[in-house]
Amino acid sequence: MLTLKCPCCGVTAEETEFAPGGEAHLTRFGPGTDDQAFADYLFARKNPRGVHFERWRHAFGCGKWFHAARCTATLEVFGTYTAQTSTPPEELVAKIKAKRPDWEGFA
Amino acid sequence: MSNAISILNGASSSDAVKITDSGLRGMITLRGDLDSAQLKSAVSAAVGSDIPAQRKITHGPMGGVAWMSPDELLLLVAYDQADAITAQISEALGAEHHMAVNVSDARAIFRIEGQGAREVLAKGAPIDLSPEAFGIGDFRRTRVGQLAAAFWMTQTDMFELICFRSVGEFMFDWLTNAARDGSLPEYF
Repeated sequence: MLTLKCPCCGVTAEETEFAPGGEAHLTRFGPGTDDQAFADYLFARKNPRGVHFERWRHAFGCGKWFHAARCTATLEVFGTYTAQTSTPPEELVAKIKAKRPDWEGFA
Repeated sequence: MSNAISILNGASSSDAVKITDSGLRGMITLRGDLDSAQLKSAVSAAVGSDIPAQRKITHGPMGGVAWMSPDELLLLVAYDQADAITAQISEALGAEHHMAVNVSDARAIFRIEGQGAREVLAKGAPIDLSPEAFGIGDFRRTRVGQLAAAFWMTQTDMFELICFRSVGEFMFDWLTNAARDGSLPEYF
């Protein structure tokens, strides 16, 4: 079970208080883009073993969306951060890099 | 005018930790910029209390103000005043971006009182309810069993809990079952 800290209301709560929202930082390809890019945007998701960025919603609490970085193998949560960004904060990336030197970085 | 009644019309349980339907309570959802001076003065004019800090509840002469989320407050007022206060707030905020809605009839409110009230809630809420972690003035939105709810302490061993009215009867049954005599772990 994950224990996440909601950056909007500041509580550290366990997983059942949150709702998962899938992979974070997707780039939207809408009408007018080529079919492959649109299909990949709709259906292709990363499935890494290790560091992963996800969207979560504090469904039973303040109701706000936020981002979380965690390890899919160990369930270690590296940190949570605001939803109003399209890339993870640099200090969080540096922190993950320090913990997981083999990690290829946020792409 | 129809005769408004609360979900269980004031029913209460008979165990040592007593669950009571608190009856009708005026509740107003107020969304807006909580740092705005105009919103501050509108709230203090409506209930006579300051805007609470994050996850806190404050009380004034006309009611309470609870922190629901970074852009939302819940005002607890007298039931028959709710419409007037909603209108008063909307007028005070004028053109400022906000939303004030009277949600009194969408909610149920229960009182949980007696030694062990903490334990009744701790059975269903995935949060730390020890006296060091949760006290008077704290306000927490979470789940109780599988229901979304929010609660706060009004005094030692006495909680008030709000949930949606549509699940109010289930909430009452859940709490009553959790509070059955002899079923509390007496941990706190």
